[in-house]
Amino acid sequence: MIDKTPDPGFTPREMMTIAASRALKNEDVCFVGIGAPSAACNIARLTHAPDITLIYESGTLGTAPDILPLSIGDPELCETALTTVSVPEMFRYWLQGGHITIGFLGAAQLDKFGNINTTVIGDYRKPKTRLPGAGGAPEIATSAQEIYITMAQSKRGMVEKIDFYTSFGHGEGGDHRQRLGIRTKGPTRLITDLAIWKPHPVTKEFTVVSMHPGVTRDMVQETCGWEVAFADALEETPSPTELELTTLRALQERTAAAHQRTGTAG
Amino acid sequence: MSKFLPLAEAVSNNLRSGDAAAFEGFTHLIPTAAAHEAIRQGFKELTLIRMTPDLIYDQMVGMGMARKMVFSYAGNPGVGLLRRTRDTVENGWPHPIEIEEYSHAAIANAYEAGAAGLPVAIFRGYHGLGLGEVNPNIKSVTCPFTGEMLAAVPSVRPDVTFIHAQKANKRGDVLIEGIIGIQKEAVLAAKRAVVTVEEVVDNFDDLHPNLTILPHWTVDAISVVPGGAHPSYTHGYYGRDNASYLEWDKVSADRDRFREWMHKHVIEATPEDFAARVEGLRRTA
Repeated sequence: MIDKTPDPGFTPREMMTIAASRALKNEDVCFVGIGAPSAACNIARLTHAPDITLIYESGTLGTAPDILPLSIGDPELCETALTTVSVPEMFRYWLQGGHITIGFLGAAQLDKFGNINTTVIGDYRKPKTRLPGAGGAPEIATSAQEIYITMAQSKRGMVEKIDFYTSFGHGEGGDHRQRLGIRTKGPTRLITDLAIWKPHPVTKEFTVVSMHPGVTRDMVQETCGWEVAFADALEETPSPTELELTTLRALQERTAAAHQRTGTAG
Repeated sequence: MSKFLPLAEAVSNNLRSGDAAAFEGFTHLIPTAAAHEAIRQGFKELTLIRMTPDLIYDQMVGMGMARKMVFSYAGNPGVGLLRRTRDTVENGWPHPIEIEEYSHAAIANAYEAGAAGLPVAIFRGYHGLGLGEVNPNIKSVTCPFTGEMLAAVPSVRPDVTFIHAQKANKRGDVLIEGIIGIQKEAVLAAKRAVVTVEEVVDNFDDLHPNLTILPHWTVDAISVVPGGAHPSYTHGYYGRDNASYLEWDKVSADRDRFREWMHKHVIEATPEDFAARVEGLRRTA
């Protein structure tokens, strides 16, 4: 961020997590991606949405971890879950069966229509960087009723054209999802460290609807690889409340302390 | 019919060079001890199948044991990328391997179809995606009742599946609990199955009636290897060694350091070494 702005009392990353958490409702059944989505989903649960159902792809249904898991299958997730099911049951009955209201995903590379690449940078057969791959994201992106995406902005991450279509957003825009027979809404919200974006109702291109406190249009454009569209009625995201900030910081402190504990590494 | 065997024998009786092998475990109960035994015995030309090939396949690929890897997420969980896997895909070191890549839903469905004795798994997915263009085994079928286009992938039926579980009883029935992942399907889909366990108990008489149990006649060999899932965890026995996952990121970043580490911690080690590795991670609960 820019040095000259007065310290707002929170970091852009904290604002991102908190803005993302606010998008979730108490009655949501949310399939949680690891990393930034996991923090946002748990802050929602620990603040305004105590009854939210959080689901991780390892099969943990209705989990309430006291610390953020490092992986999607940490012991904490199973120990605090209502129940734990097998992986095929998770993907077949719970996700494909239509029980998930929100799929919350991160992205390595994202385009303006919410298509996500987590597979390769460069050519698939001769990649510059081989990324981990699809995981659960492709079917979350098409089977969850709607998709929220959260990621920090950068020109490398938010690009005009992604190198590989790992997870389908709105494709080429417009009614591309419907034309492929996909029945769910797809990405309906993108929460970054600078702004909240929603797809244009017709073109489906992500449009900035709210900028976080202290953020300018230039800052949003300079960290984004496509030409940014701004809504006519541009809002300012409310600053984090005291409760949101203290809850987030306490969660991160508990998490850091727990992850430092280890055994006698062999 | 399951037989209790030392790990070296359980592996040599059931794995051969050229096999399609699955060492399954979804973050929890990863069969590291069995994978390390396979590395010590030096098998080659394996087709390695796993949803989440984390550290053990990174090690096997780096040791030049794989001809092909079938997977859906090749990452170091909670840390980042798999550096030995990247080295073979990006630079062909120590030799190039074939990659057959899916999503989690696809492989989960494919194991389930394998366990169900079907040649194909059908599910809703892959609309408009790049994987369908680079993997010829991702196809589609039209539902004969509704006309809906659905994704189809071949079922997974490994020659042999290795898993780690909490315990066996004396008869050789196996109990898995906690995050049960895909292990039951992976065992039932395979021609042969080998299980490492934390301990053997007299019987399962007092347990809940709906637990995940693999009857003794579904398993070919059982080896008792306490700590055998390290650095992953065994629910009820010991926690996840997060520091080891971070350490692997550094070890695997350099080819010489990798080979040195493998020599010291795998080639010159034994299955009995796993117990000490989890000593500090055991819970008092």
